[in-house]
Amino acid sequence: MVTTASTTVHILLFASYAERLGLERIDAALRPGATVADALAYLRALPGGAELPARPLCARNLAHVGADAALADGDELAVLPPLAGG
Amino acid sequence: MPFLSDTPLDLAGLIAEVTAPDRGGIAAFVGTVRDHHGGRPVAELEYSAYGAMAEAECGRIVEETERRWPVRVALRHRIGLLAIGEAAVAIAVAGAHRDEAFAACRHVIEELKRRVPIWKRERYADGTVEWVGTGQAPALTAPGGRP
Repeated sequence: MVTTASTTVHILLFASYAERLGLERIDAALRPGATVADALAYLRALPGGAELPARPLCARNLAHVGADAALADGDELAVLPPLAGG
Repeated sequence: MPFLSDTPLDLAGLIAEVTAPDRGGIAAFVGTVRDHHGGRPVAELEYSAYGAMAEAECGRIVEETERRWPVRVALRHRIGLLAIGEAAVAIAVAGAHRDEAFAACRHVIEELKRRVPIWKRERYADGTVEWVGTGQAPALTAPGGRP
């Protein structure tokens, strides 16, 4: 059985979160079987990442998900500040 | 038609999209840019979006709404720089009767505010600029965005 050494997730940041971390996009190499919570821990270790809230809204491949959702290689994970449409 | 628009919204056009001879009740909602927020005078604001997801989520909301009520829904949200009084969101819902049109229209705006990834940054009369947030983000976990 072949297993990949890591799971690359394309993380997107928006609005106030993009400003706090000073970036809109970053690719994270996570362990196989990683979850959204693991990706958030990766972000928190970056400069400015400690300012992210404990449980920010997240979307995987354009749909809302919770922190325990699994991530697969190539997934896009968006971390969404509080929504303000309408 | 995309749900996001960088040009002024046209409510009459949305109403025309949903009008049909068997739909006798049309409800519309238009949200416009207020001149104040938290007691501070607002000069202008800018909407930005996670475009691909905003389009997908608006599509899911319209689909769910049309499945739950016997109605047709037209929806647009403005992005970019808006002046006071301009329409930020416009919704038109047509059904055979008013009850389903009002209920479905209310559902669309509430779900949009809860689920669609759009943000606004206000510029106040004193020149300061702030992202507008609703405070603690609600948990949206299940498919379709329902907690």
